[in-house]
Amino acid sequence: MDNMDYKITIGLEVHTQLKTSSKLFCGCSTNFGASPNSQTCPVCLGLPGVLPVVNRKAVALAVKAALALNCKINSPTKFDRKNYFYPDLPKNYQISQYDLPLAKEGYLEIPNPKSRSPNGTETPSYDGAQSPRRIGITRAHLEEDAGKSMHSDAGYSLVDLNRTGVPLLEIVSEPDINSPDQAHQYLTALKELLIYLEISDCDMEKGSLRVDANISISPVSDVSLREVPRRASGDDEVISKSNEIASSRQGGIRNDSGETKLGVKTEIKNLNSFKFVAKALEFEANRQIELLKSGKEVVQETRLWDEDKQETRPLRSKEDVQDYRYFPEPDLEPLVINEGWIGQIRKTIPELPAARRVRFVNQYGIPEYDADVLTADKELANYFEECVKSYNSTQRERSPASGGKAISNWLMSEVAKYLNEQKMEMKDFKIKPQELVELVKFSAARQITSTAAKEVFGEMLKSGKSATAIVSEKGLLQVSDQGEIEVFVKEALKSNPQMAADYKAGKTVVLQALVGQVMRLSKGKSNPEIVRTLLQKHLSEK
Amino acid sequence: MELCSLTGWQIKELISKKEVSAVAVVEDLFRHIAKTEPSIKAYLTLTQDYALVQAGQIDARIARGEQPGLLAGIPVAIKDNIATDGIRTTCGSKILANFVPPYDAYVIKRIKEEDGIIIGKTNLDEFAMGSSCENSAFGPTANPRDVSRVPGGSSGGSAAAVASDMACMALGSDTGGSIRQPAALCGITGLKPTYGCVSRYGLVAFASSLDQIGPLTKDTRDAALLMNVIAGYDKQDSTSVNRPVPDFTKGLDGEIRGLKIGVPKEYFGQGLNEDIRDAVNQTLSAYEKLGAKLVEVSLPHTNYGIATYYIIAPSEACSNLARYDGIHYGYRATPAYAEASAGRDYTDLINMYSKSRSEGFGHEVKRRIMLGTFALSSGYYEAYYNRALKIRRLIKQDFDAAFNKVDVIMGPTSPIAAFKAGEKLADPLQMYLCDVYTVTANLAGIPGISIPCGLTKEKLPVGLQILGKAFDEATLLKVARAYENVNSKHQAPNSK
Repeated sequence: MDNMDYKITIGLEVHTQLKTSSKLFCGCSTNFGASPNSQTCPVCLGLPGVLPVVNRKAVALAVKAALALNCKINSPTKFDRKNYFYPDLPKNYQISQYDLPLAKEGYLEIPNPKSRSPNGTETPSYDGAQSPRRIGITRAHLEEDAGKSMHSDAGYSLVDLNRTGVPLLEIVSEPDINSPDQAHQYLTALKELLIYLEISDCDMEKGSLRVDANISISPVSDVSLREVPRRASGDDEVISKSNEIASSRQGGIRNDSGETKLGVKTEIKNLNSFKFVAKALEFEANRQIELLKSGKEVVQETRLWDEDKQETRPLRSKEDVQDYRYFPEPDLEPLVINEGWIGQIRKTIPELPAARRVRFVNQYGIPEYDADVLTADKELANYFEECVKSYNSTQRERSPASGGKAISNWLMSEVAKYLNEQKMEMKDFKIKPQELVELVKFSAARQITSTAAKEVFGEMLKSGKSATAIVSEKGLLQVSDQGEIEVFVKEALKSNPQMAADYKAGKTVVLQALVGQVMRLSKGKSNPEIVRTLLQKHLSEK
Repeated sequence: MELCSLTGWQIKELISKKEVSAVAVVEDLFRHIAKTEPSIKAYLTLTQDYALVQAGQIDARIARGEQPGLLAGIPVAIKDNIATDGIRTTCGSKILANFVPPYDAYVIKRIKEEDGIIIGKTNLDEFAMGSSCENSAFGPTANPRDVSRVPGGSSGGSAAAVASDMACMALGSDTGGSIRQPAALCGITGLKPTYGCVSRYGLVAFASSLDQIGPLTKDTRDAALLMNVIAGYDKQDSTSVNRPVPDFTKGLDGEIRGLKIGVPKEYFGQGLNEDIRDAVNQTLSAYEKLGAKLVEVSLPHTNYGIATYYIIAPSEACSNLARYDGIHYGYRATPAYAEASAGRDYTDLINMYSKSRSEGFGHEVKRRIMLGTFALSSGYYEAYYNRALKIRRLIKQDFDAAFNKVDVIMGPTSPIAAFKAGEKLADPLQMYLCDVYTVTANLAGIPGISIPCGLTKEKLPVGLQILGKAFDEATLLKVARAYENVNSKHQAPNSK
């Protein structure tokens, strides 16, 4: 059989650290990089007799994420204990959420390029050309992080409990992802969303975002059977809300889902970057396809991505999966999240990047590419909008009606170049929007040349003076008065008779040199368009 | 007059009026302890030096004219499963034999704030698992009424200390009867408050959804006094309930005329000792004479109480006790073999866990960890844990229905009086049945008090249990006090 006969099914579990200053169940700091065990207290050390108290901010951030991911919110929701022994887990149980997660049944939209199968051939897109594709979110739940074990070659291990109790949100996707590329897109979109909403820093190097991937392969004939009703209904939201992924998580949800058309899955761990996720999935998809092609079976197991060897290898088999003996956390009452609070949190959610992108194109008439670039950074997008507002409120006679494109050009070229050179973030950019707009207007109205504009920009950064002041100080204002320019034109023609003759003889390339002469005479201030027109007029007269 | 034989209330009055100093009270008490403790063994740790310093400070403040706190100089004993900053807290277990908490439990903080004097930590069944105080890694405690008998458990040390005047009052914890049953067996007063009434912060968890801290005292007035100190909302305990706390000592001597007393027929069936039945019936008659009305009620799920309890409590316990693993604190077993390289303990983590826990825990604790682990296991969860939760709801509904008709429910605290040491050790099921009348209050979360109500033919104390509506401790105390006021002669004589 050919590769095209297999369908890849991927589900992702993302652990993201919620951006709180204190831990999920005690007041200890969540700062990264403190000396080992310095950020601990009796509660997160799991000393005898202590009790957890839920961090309100963490719940609020989880609700915010749930709303942004279009989830339903369970209220009451509750906490459960996940029991397992490990030295970095001082209570030897983790407070997590089991059968009543805070959030369930949502989705995240990702761009919908044509998905590719592992051999690079394109498979038909389900949803038409441009509309975004929805990846279902099975659930999102709160849990506490464990500590960190460090194993020494000298025969002992050390445990740092600074991370213990740090709030995590585990976001579990539906098995709606059909290629490693899509997995990468999903993660990128999720990360962008969480950072944009200030829910998480999503810094994989600091462990504030971690990914486990589940993948299975199934022959396409099986899959297409299942998908017939879906196509007929035109429903692009739901493939099949099979909880297969969730139900076979270790110690997973007790669930008797009948849908078992998907192939046997493996879970991949140790995925330290989105790039690794895509590479590991690519490897694993091919490995599973090869197994099936050669008539062998995929074994349900957890595998580890080895970046050095560029391969996945077995970590533990299904038989070794622990029984976590989940049961309701008796130290915490069920958590009621009332509508009023949800409403308040909803109000704190700004326009999301995807929606903003579309609005930018429609409202400001800028190209999609520009909208993409601008909305990728919230600060940049905010800056852009401030600029447009300022531009419109100080309309000048000769500037274009909407400065959208002009401002966008400036931000994407000169400003971006400067920030890049200085290794600065948009939020640290010194020039205020209304100040930049002053400059953009000079340029857009062709009152200064583009070379002069760049000079002014540099001077603004250096001296902090306004564009108007710099333009006037340096006398950069373009001369557009025809009478004034005509004086220079005549002078140029008079002192370069040979060039004028050449032009008339048909050697029109000398025109540019004459323009240069005029510019030189006017010290660069003449409007080059007008110079050109006047020169042509005079040369054709005689 | 021996100071140590006085109630807390009496001591407080004397100290406040400067008729006696707190130091004198503490000194007298420790003289009595020195004489009595060898035959009772109620304490695991005594804090004489600390207590004298505290007493001296209180005296100094009173001398300066300052108003002392609610417990002005009263010596209080603390069950050794309640965390005390800087004072060893063992839970009666080898695994925590040398554990010194770096923090105070909420109730300890409150006692200190109100000028109570902590005199020591009392013996208990290991991790509060037991009904005889024999499951302590540090040896059993004897019943002061008859030293050949058990004091009950698990708060046996606290009950014995109060009953033998080695403490003026004490704190215990009650998960299935661990305050009320030893109070009954030792002939003193013991109150288990409503779940959520007293903060559990600092109480070393046995079964989190059932545990409550409560007072063991010489009379109901002292119980009310101690409740005034320990009851109330604590933000460190998410299960503590934020509601106003009444002054339990007010209205204590009020009328009970017209009170409706529910008498559940299920509490007088098979297995109840005849002498206890008679004593309790006489007490009920006494209440009738005080103007109360007896109403027969039914608590049909009473007989499922023990079975339900022994699913839920061990399930929570196996998780709560998982933290005692020899890694971060507590007992770590010595490796079976000596590793040549220095500083190396074990080659295998699992080996270290299992050896430390096997050696650190006693038989009963291990039995309950195994029970709980099994009940929560995949495939058994529905059949055991989940079913137990359903029956727990039915038990609560029994009480709700009964309390629609009556104000309080009365019956025996324990089906049997204090039994001989060692008598039930070989038969855990018999031991578990000691709690048949008490576990349901924990499962339903309601308060219960045990007060002395007579003696058996063998002169052993009998306890009357009064159960009340959630957060209605004030009524329980008033009703208990009414009997105490007219029947103080029923109190068992001290053994000294």
